[in-house]
Amino acid sequence: MNPTNYLYLSAILFSIGAVGVVVRRNAIVVFMCIELMLNAANLAFVTFANMTGNLQGQVMAFFTMVVAACEVVVGLAIIVTIYRSRRSASVDDASLLSR
Amino acid sequence: MTGETVMFWVLAPLTVFAAVGMLLVKKAVHSAILLAFVMIALAIFYIAQDAPFLGIVQIVVYTGAVMMLFLFILMLVGVDSSDSLVETIKGLRGVAITTSLAFAAALTSLIARAEFGQEPLGLVSANANGNVEGIANLIFRQYVWAFEVISALLITAALGAMVLAHSPKSSEARLSQRARSVARFRGASIGTAAGLPGSGVFARHNAVDVPALLPDGKPSDLSISSVLAERGDVQETKRYALDGLPKLDEEDK
Amino acid sequence: MNTSTNIVYLIALPLFSSALLMLLGRKADKWGHIFATLISASAFFVGVTEFFAMRSRPEEARAVTQKLFTWISVGDFQVDASLLLDQLSIAFVLLITGVGTLIHIYSIAYMSHDRDRRRFFAYLNFFIAAMLLLVLGDSYLNLYVGWEGVGLASYLLIGFWNQKPEYATAAKKAFVMNRVGDFGLSIAIMIGFATFGSVSFSGIEEKVGGAGETALTAMGLMLLLAAAGKSAQFPLQAWLGDAMAGPTPVSALIHAATMVTAGVYLITRSNFIFDNAPTAQLAVVMIGIITLLFGAVIGTAKDDIKKALAASTMSQIGYMILATGFGPAGYAFAIMHLLTHGFFKAGMFLGAGSVMHGMNDEVNMRKYGGLAKFMPITSITFGLGYLAIIGVPPFAGFYSKDKIIETAFNAGGVQGVIFGGAALLGAVITAFYMTRVMLLTFAGNKRWASDAHPHESPFLMWAPMAVLAIGSVASGYLLYSGKAIVKWLAPVVDKDHHEHVEFLPPIVVTTLAIVAVLIGVSIALLKYRGEQSDSAPSDVSIWTRFARRDLLQDDANEFLFMRPGQEVTKALVVTDERVIDGAVRGVAASAVGSARGLRKLQTGYVRNYALLILIGAALILAAIWVVTI
Repeated sequence: MNPTNYLYLSAILFSIGAVGVVVRRNAIVVFMCIELMLNAANLAFVTFANMTGNLQGQVMAFFTMVVAACEVVVGLAIIVTIYRSRRSASVDDASLLSR
Repeated sequence: MTGETVMFWVLAPLTVFAAVGMLLVKKAVHSAILLAFVMIALAIFYIAQDAPFLGIVQIVVYTGAVMMLFLFILMLVGVDSSDSLVETIKGLRGVAITTSLAFAAALTSLIARAEFGQEPLGLVSANANGNVEGIANLIFRQYVWAFEVISALLITAALGAMVLAHSPKSSEARLSQRARSVARFRGASIGTAAGLPGSGVFARHNAVDVPALLPDGKPSDLSISSVLAERGDVQETKRYALDGLPKLDEEDK
Repeated sequence: MNTSTNIVYLIALPLFSSALLMLLGRKADKWGHIFATLISASAFFVGVTEFFAMRSRPEEARAVTQKLFTWISVGDFQVDASLLLDQLSIAFVLLITGVGTLIHIYSIAYMSHDRDRRRFFAYLNFFIAAMLLLVLGDSYLNLYVGWEGVGLASYLLIGFWNQKPEYATAAKKAFVMNRVGDFGLSIAIMIGFATFGSVSFSGIEEKVGGAGETALTAMGLMLLLAAAGKSAQFPLQAWLGDAMAGPTPVSALIHAATMVTAGVYLITRSNFIFDNAPTAQLAVVMIGIITLLFGAVIGTAKDDIKKALAASTMSQIGYMILATGFGPAGYAFAIMHLLTHGFFKAGMFLGAGSVMHGMNDEVNMRKYGGLAKFMPITSITFGLGYLAIIGVPPFAGFYSKDKIIETAFNAGGVQGVIFGGAALLGAVITAFYMTRVMLLTFAGNKRWASDAHPHESPFLMWAPMAVLAIGSVASGYLLYSGKAIVKWLAPVVDKDHHEHVEFLPPIVVTTLAIVAVLIGVSIALLKYRGEQSDSAPSDVSIWTRFARRDLLQDDANEFLFMRPGQEVTKALVVTDERVIDGAVRGVAASAVGSARGLRKLQTGYVRNYALLILIGAALILAAIWVVTI
């Protein structure tokens, strides 16, 4: 099977994740959509590794995972902090910047 | 028609459906479960593409640890707090979907146009000594510096999460029992010196989520835990008390 | 050249005293004036010792130097802070410290009622130090430091009573007009450095032969501008009259005897420049003649005794400048007139101060009259000074002024006649206005204010006046007998021993001068004998009005400089507000306007930002799509 199909899948998943980040208001869901986008990118990396015949892409995907883990840890901590002060996990409620 | 092709054409549409479903379901928990499905599917794709190490890591780290973290936070924030899917910012949803479609279209058409210059090689030779060994070779040789940096980043992120999640309340000095007792009697009102009223409506209903009734028939806010009140889990006293009292009076007569 | 180690004390002593009095403040109130006077006297003592030491040496070894430290050292250009004491400097040192000490003594009594007497003495000592640095510096840069120092001292002392706004304004006026001259001096120094690569007198003198006349003329004219500023010469003369706002001892010391003669010193010191720049010399002569007549005419119209004396100072310095313009023939006489003038004019100023002291600080001569009977010593000392200034033989002014007039005639030809005639005319007017001052003040009817009780001044005041009066009687003869001053100064100002041609026999010039004095005195006697009104007559000719308005000097300055300056300032303010501020505000306004527009994008909703990022990414992708097609 042509590995390009994985790339198409990756592009579609990435776009879906992007829509999710924009349209969902629950901060946790927004985060999950970001994870979806990162995973889509990982899929592309792994596919590239497969196509080029070396493991560089896989290593890159590995690093992406670690960074994603960091991002989740800090991001969720931020969500908890915001929730603690605002009693809400909606990203629209934290819009003080406009005022 | 290889096994991989079959697997792909079965699993890929499901993955897309699950991803789209993530956006459409109301409850965050459902989103999380759909995301977990997507991730497991991706792990399978990884393994299918000769990346068994990443596939396992994907399941262990993502589906295991990260998704567990998500669920944990969901529990903390309120497991059944569900989004309204009605868009509040005018025109945002339409623009977002249009842009995303255009984005996806551009991306796919670019991929379709791209010439990779060679047939897909496969990882048979690269994985000759084993996939884990190959990756380890790269990480600890060529990318050892990036690896060290990223480990520092991970530690920093852990510290940052601790700092952010740290509640300043716990740093306050706890009062001794004696001090609390003195404070209670020296306080603004001696009315609560004997302790706060217990919850529940005696004889009719007894539960922590029902406020006690004061002599004039009003519910007492002091009798229930402020956490319950905050979460909105307090039961209406009326159901047990205010409707019944007049009837009791009538029965006496 | 020999070196000496004592010259520095001349400057260091008064400088130290001044610093001490200023730093100690009120703690020194009790003894500050005595201390300052003693310091001044000790500087005089050092000066006298040096003078006799210098006299005992042979002529070629008289000049001594003292290097204090290396001031500026850039590459092969080096300026030392070093002092030069030669025949010219010592004359000034004796004048400055001698007259300065007398005026210190006088001020002890004169300023005894002033709360700030200590500060006054601190300033006086500072002036002495700066003036000594001016005359002792061995380079134009060292001179410049002293030059600015005396300007500062003059400013501080004119504005000593700066609680009166007009006095403060007078101080500012003097300072600003002096600055104009200072620019001339600094430019002259720059020209000197650019042309000769040196700023020291000896360094420039060595190379002066090799320089072009244009550079020398330019430098000479700039030095003349500097001299005009400091010595109140045309066209920078307007500040001197207002400078009389300062206490009278200041007028006597700074604005009559010493500081205002710095210009004469500068030109005499720069003789090597002027001797090689005939155009600049002619300019010096012209300025001298204009100022001597200018000052004399103003002097005839002033009723304020100090302003009349100030106008006279201006005129007398005009004589000195005139003399310096004649080169080696005139320098010695300029310095001689400077010295004699230092005696008699300081004496007369102190006399004026004594009169004011007795008349409740009244300065209007129309309110005086008949004071000779009440202030005998003052009237005698003032009278001796008067005889000296108008040039009655054998008083001091006769010798010095007669010689200047003679030198003017000796310029030869039509020029000589014009210069000499102008100098003679100046002598007539001088005799007229000084006689007028004498008559209005000491003779005639009493026109006093009702509360005036004129009395003789205390010993401390009249003693210095007496000493100065002796000087105004004898100094001329002492300086001129056997051409002493000419021979003394020759090594500095007349190294080549020029032969001076005589256009008219000296006896003729002397006769002419005496006749001029007699004419002036007679006119004044005719006009001002007998009863005088106590207010100035108002039905006077337009010429008198001109003279009373200082020959329109302030109006000219206002019209030529102040008004255009104000217009330029206004234009600059408008430019600043409209153009520069406009540009600044315009930038700010456009930033605000565009920000107001962009602000609509900043909804504060993080999803909006995410959407914008998404759109941006899509656009980039679209761009890639387009370029790779």
